[in-house]
Amino acid sequence: MPFGNTHNTMKMKYASDQEYPDLSKHNNHMAKILTPAMYENLRSKETPSGFTLDDVIQTGIDNPGHPFIMTVGCVAGDEETYEVFKELLDPVIEDRHGGYKPSDKHKTDINPDNLKGGDDLDSDYVLSSRVRTGRSVRGFCLPPHCSRGERRAVEQLSIEALDSLSGDLQGKYYALKNMSDAEQQQLIDDHFLFDKPVSPLLLASGMGRDWPDARGIWHNDNKTFLVWVNEEDHLRVISMQKGGNMKEVFNRFCTGLTKIETLFKERKHEFMWNEHLGYVLTCPSNLGTGLRAGVHVKLPNLSKNAKFEDVLKKLRLQKRGTGGVDTAAVGGVFDISNADRLGFSEVELVQMVVDGVRLMVEMEKKLEKGQSIDDIMPAQK
Amino acid sequence: MPFGNTHNNFKLNYKVEDEFPDLSKHNNHMAKVLTKELYGKIRDRQTPSGYTLDDVIQTGVDNPGHPFIMTVGCVAGDEESYEVFKDLLDPIISDRHGGYKPTDKHVTDLNFENLKGGDDLDPAYVLSSRVRTGRSIKGFTLPPHNSRGERRGIEKLSVEALTSLDGEFKGKYYPLKSMTDAEQDQLINDHFLFDKPVSPLLTCAGMARDWPDGRGIMHNDNKTFLVWVNEEDHLRVISMQQGGNMREVFKRFCVGLQKIEEIFKKHGHGFMWNEHLGYILTCPSNLGTGLRGGVHVKLPKLSVHAKFDEILSRLRLQKRGTGGVDTASVGGVFDISNADRLGSSEVAQVQLVVDGVKLMVEMEKKLEKGEAIDSMIPAQK
Repeated sequence: MPFGNTHNTMKMKYASDQEYPDLSKHNNHMAKILTPAMYENLRSKETPSGFTLDDVIQTGIDNPGHPFIMTVGCVAGDEETYEVFKELLDPVIEDRHGGYKPSDKHKTDINPDNLKGGDDLDSDYVLSSRVRTGRSVRGFCLPPHCSRGERRAVEQLSIEALDSLSGDLQGKYYALKNMSDAEQQQLIDDHFLFDKPVSPLLLASGMGRDWPDARGIWHNDNKTFLVWVNEEDHLRVISMQKGGNMKEVFNRFCTGLTKIETLFKERKHEFMWNEHLGYVLTCPSNLGTGLRAGVHVKLPNLSKNAKFEDVLKKLRLQKRGTGGVDTAAVGGVFDISNADRLGFSEVELVQMVVDGVRLMVEMEKKLEKGQSIDDIMPAQK
Repeated sequence: MPFGNTHNNFKLNYKVEDEFPDLSKHNNHMAKVLTKELYGKIRDRQTPSGYTLDDVIQTGVDNPGHPFIMTVGCVAGDEESYEVFKDLLDPIISDRHGGYKPTDKHVTDLNFENLKGGDDLDPAYVLSSRVRTGRSIKGFTLPPHNSRGERRGIEKLSVEALTSLDGEFKGKYYPLKSMTDAEQDQLINDHFLFDKPVSPLLTCAGMARDWPDGRGIMHNDNKTFLVWVNEEDHLRVISMQQGGNMREVFKRFCVGLQKIEEIFKKHGHGFMWNEHLGYILTCPSNLGTGLRGGVHVKLPKLSVHAKFDEILSRLRLQKRGTGGVDTASVGGVFDISNADRLGSSEVAQVQLVVDGVKLMVEMEKKLEKGEAIDSMIPAQK
């Protein structure tokens, strides 16, 4: 594959306009930002590990658009990508994260006591609650770019750290390559396991390479706290349970995450973080908190209402199908989660989900009774 | 993606056993040949354009096996791959091509008059006849590795060369990116057009990048002679028609191919060829003639006969579904073609198909009448 710097040097023999991708049919953040002039400026650069501009943008070239979401169209290969290619990534970040400027600072707040309420979402409607985030381990390249050796080292470190958790976080690691097909299918059906990579968004960026080598899932005995190793990010940390008690989910999330961070620091591999971008992850859409807090909620009436999209937008929420990104809703059940990642803290984002979903369930109940929802339309958050 | 030499050097910081892929569940030619020791020996090499060992083998790592065919599991990124990585590729070539040795010489024979018969395969059984080969253009890297600039350079050269053909070869070039979905579907249904790349064998090797940029199809007005540009190889040249007149198909093939070769030479870009490997193509399975001469033939009875696979093996033929590689047969209709590519000439390979298919149709007719075919089972060719 052509993304090494020797071939990058060879590519320089071709004029910039010969190498510049055809983005005429494209609709993603990268395609909106990357002009021929910018391509020319950045194409001779590389990060210390050899990640180049073409590496950053390949997924956006190969995936012109997406039916449900505005995709980012670029990925980072290592921590330095966000610096070396800032000319491209800063505008992409600004566009994606509501005007976030290169000079802005991001605040982190993982204190669950700061969340108000969230323990009483109606379980007749809210079927399950979940909070996830990602973390990258400093000193290794990211999934689009890492070698097998690096990936295995990330796995090894993760196993050591996670195996030392105790109490209700005590659990076990299951390497993907030792799992039977039946175990694997069960975990997917339980919404615990990550998909075999089929999404072209992921595959085109190279993160499916060597599958399933060094990928795995760790979960506690209760199956309420899970860590994915080496999927789209080094780590994805997930807290989840049936029903609507988001407060409990978030408590467990914060406690577990803080413990894990300590364990990694002890092993001299802290997480990638800086005060401008917060936690550094593979996809620019996940910078900041990397947090997606969401519920599976029954909204058959509200989802057909003309104002549904507007309600979501005002509440700063996003809808997905119940299979996650790239899927459609089934039976009126939607995955509703925070749309933001960067520029708001973890507590603030979960608060938006809690307050917003509560409101939407009220709306659903009103529509069931044939009542109007006009008087409870929210203001723009 | 990590395949440049900076990242390759980076990877050398990890021990061989940390970087060596897990091939324990694999069944392809690469996995049979690549030991940890061999990996250790050649992992620091690269071709002049920067193609590395991991680039060569990635598709074989990501695709452990195939239900219908024994896959090769590696690809070349440029002409030099076959030299720089000969420690790996020579044994694979030997394994795949019936014991072909590093010292063997390959014979090219594109004189259609040397073919005996082939104009009388029964069209009640032989629905269509087709001969294809590939050609690589010297001075450019191959589809797994080439940049957009290179790919477009190849396209431009090809368009110039092909649109200068005349007589029965006069035709037109259709770039994929300007084709309507309807045109494209029509061409696929006519068996003229190459698939959008979905086969993981191809996508994992990187040859689908930037699709459909730089790809297209040229065909003559009669739609009996086609050239694919920038699919799995720089060029695929195809002669085809309904019915069983393989002789006519092969004549058109040879004449057209030689005209094309002359034009490319005049433009200063001959085809990659050497006296050991014949024509150099992306997949080691296509070295030599790169020729697949085949028919779509109705063999509902013979195909369920216990000796079917044995017969094919002795005739040096291969079966596929009518959608090409990676598909199953439909309605008893099979794609039957030569199994060999290297070590025998074009004429010799098409002769095998002509003689073999004639015999198999006779067998089918016997089985229809309830007669035995034991006396007709051929000797090993």
